[in-house]
Amino acid sequence: MVTLKINDKEVSVNDGDTILDAAKKLNIFIPTLCYLKEINKVASCRMCLVEIKGLPKLMTSCSTEAKEGMEVYTETDKIKEARKNNLELLLSNHNKDCDNCLKNNQCKFQELLDKYDIKEKYKNTREKLNIDNSTTYLVRDSNKCILCGRCVDVCSKVQDISVIGRNGRGITTQIGCAFEYPMVDSPCIGCGQCTLVCPTGALTEKDDTKEVENAINNKDLHVIACTAPAVRAALGEEFDMPIGTNAKGKMVTSLRKLGFDKVFDVDFAADLTIMEEVNELIERIKENKNLPMFTSCSPGWIKYVEQYHPELIDNLSTCKSPQQMMGAILKTYYAKKENIDPSKIFVVMIMPCIAKKFERARDGANDIDVVLTTRETARMIKRQNIDFNSLEDSEYDLPLGIGASVVFGSSGGVMEAALRTLTETLTNKPLEKIEFNEVRGLDGIKEATYDVNGREINVAIVSGIKNAKKIIKKIKNKEVNYDFVEFMTCPGGCLNGGGQPYIDFDKYDVEEVKKLRMKCLMEEDKNLPIRKAHENPSIKELYKSFLDHPGSELAEKLLHTKYEKREKYKK
Amino acid sequence: MNKEIDEIIKNSESLIEMLQKIQKIDGYLYFERLFYLSEKLDMSLEDIYSTATFYNGFSFNMKGKYQINICLGTVCYVKGSKELSEEISKILNIKDGECTKDGKFSLDTTRCLGCCSMAPVMKINDDIYGFVKKEQVKEILAKYN
Ligand code: SF4
Ligand code: SF4
Ligand code: SF4
Ligand code: FES
Repeated sequence: MVTLKINDKEVSVNDGDTILDAAKKLNIFIPTLCYLKEINKVASCRMCLVEIKGLPKLMTSCSTEAKEGMEVYTETDKIKEARKNNLELLLSNHNKDCDNCLKNNQCKFQELLDKYDIKEKYKNTREKLNIDNSTTYLVRDSNKCILCGRCVDVCSKVQDISVIGRNGRGITTQIGCAFEYPMVDSPCIGCGQCTLVCPTGALTEKDDTKEVENAINNKDLHVIACTAPAVRAALGEEFDMPIGTNAKGKMVTSLRKLGFDKVFDVDFAADLTIMEEVNELIERIKENKNLPMFTSCSPGWIKYVEQYHPELIDNLSTCKSPQQMMGAILKTYYAKKENIDPSKIFVVMIMPCIAKKFERARDGANDIDVVLTTRETARMIKRQNIDFNSLEDSEYDLPLGIGASVVFGSSGGVMEAALRTLTETLTNKPLEKIEFNEVRGLDGIKEATYDVNGREINVAIVSGIKNAKKIIKKIKNKEVNYDFVEFMTCPGGCLNGGGQPYIDFDKYDVEEVKKLRMKCLMEEDKNLPIRKAHENPSIKELYKSFLDHPGSELAEKLLHTKYEKREKYKK
Repeated sequence: MNKEIDEIIKNSESLIEMLQKIQKIDGYLYFERLFYLSEKLDMSLEDIYSTATFYNGFSFNMKGKYQINICLGTVCYVKGSKELSEEISKILNIKDGECTKDGKFSLDTTRCLGCCSMAPVMKINDDIYGFVKKEQVKEILAKYN
């Protein structure tokens, strides 16, 4: 431990902790734009400058170790002046257009410009740089980039694929792909983790809210909103609710207020996925074929396999994701049941995820019309001046509004839901204990072994592509012997998806936020009247009156898909 | 063609050394070569590309059959080499670092070529031209037809 003073207050921190860590402990605010705990430590933005008694130079607190007896000041005139200068310089290369920027009011850079009252001092002389909106899921605008490097470090250190990086040097540096490939032809898997850390509007989701508003205004269309499990656990944050609040009831009400004709729960489709996936797993185990089986709900992970490990494509479950299954059921079963022309049904998926925007168009299907992220949904609610916090709670519409698999929103959730159904299907006995605690939690790699009806089932749960890479290597080297592996693209699973609300890094610890969102989902699971996919009455009815049985010909046609090798860089 | 790259990987100590050797073969770094390198090294292509763009001396444009180098070392610069390069740009309609559409000429400004006594200096492949005047450029280029 070392003891030091910051602004005359004493604090003790661990050896190796930075001055910034120490200040956090004292609740002293130091502005940061580039630092990211455990990820980015390049100290490039120089916003976190502090004065240390006895040192003539100002030091960056994010990279300077706290030392015994140090006396640190965080708000002297000299510091303020230096921060102002830095901001002025950054602004001189910035296309400031807040009113038309998706980041408006959620932008760390804007917040500091306001706080330090920075007006444009130098003219923006930089040439207009290219805006990459080649993909259907994100937009990269170099004119708003302050080169903090956070996105680069997330893509390389969290996801371990390094699709984007710093190209060039000095004043010509820009964030981009190799050989300036457009994102759409690059190996980017669309996880959107980079958008979660960008302190400006230089990296954002592609906004599709206008398209949804137009559909709602079109009276000929029957417009349906379907919300993914993880959305309820985070949407409230956009409206200043405490982190971890389950906003399900208000969310459903707000979507009705926005004018959606029906609001359904993707938990229903998660149950359907479990029915098909467990059936597939049982078959594979019986035939000892294509094991271990890999889950297929996470589109970033799918694109990763197609590009980087095409030889493992047969290990992927052929099940479409809950999103895609939901779309297929809405435009067939539901359309028929409600007697609505499928071409008049407009399906909007509300997802914690950016990659879902390109998954939508996989294998030419057009069952889903638009995918909105949690953030875009909040944007629509705010735009209509709906007072979210004072809304009454309401329930989803039937029949596709009941689901047992809310756990899908968390790492381990698909596995747990599958294990519940798998065990009961194979043993024909109700589970004594419904929780599978070994598969829960935020660890990037989890393993467990269960005895199911006399057969040992080895499972693993992996989240984050960096961890996926490690496990794939072990599988290829035959160091492990799994039967079933859950892979999620984002660390912690969908609750930390690239389309979720931004976390204010000045105030919250990311791991803490993930924990609270996870707890929210687990609480809901605990209190659900039906917690097993195969016991969901709507699912039973769907098979009875439409699909027949899991793996039926119709189920194969509607609910399963194919994968193909993809080049990392498309010519 | 990628046998050469395999050899280079075997005999190099660092990424920079590999890139320098690859550049020597082709005169510039291009996608297929570096992609192969990235697969062999199990390193992301962007990491390699971003390293290459950080250092001076790597080129990502095709080189012409005739590679023109204009020295921008201090002495040549003072004696007007900048105007020479502008004149070439005008005649061939290419910018510094580019190659003509027919693949015949490429233009690169370089650091000191070590012939300061003949400044300003212009080099085409292995031919060195000294004391070049702007008006002579057209004539010199015409020799390479
Ligand atoms: S990035 Fe931030 S400061 Fe820049 S235009 Fe957008 S909101 Fe404004
Ligand atoms: S979306 Fe994911 S893969 Fe694509 S650049 Fe961002 S972090 Fe990298
Ligand atoms: S795009 Fe955003 S995160 Fe990436 S370097 Fe620029 S400002 Fe930083
Ligand atoms: S230099 Fe410390 S936060 Fe950027």
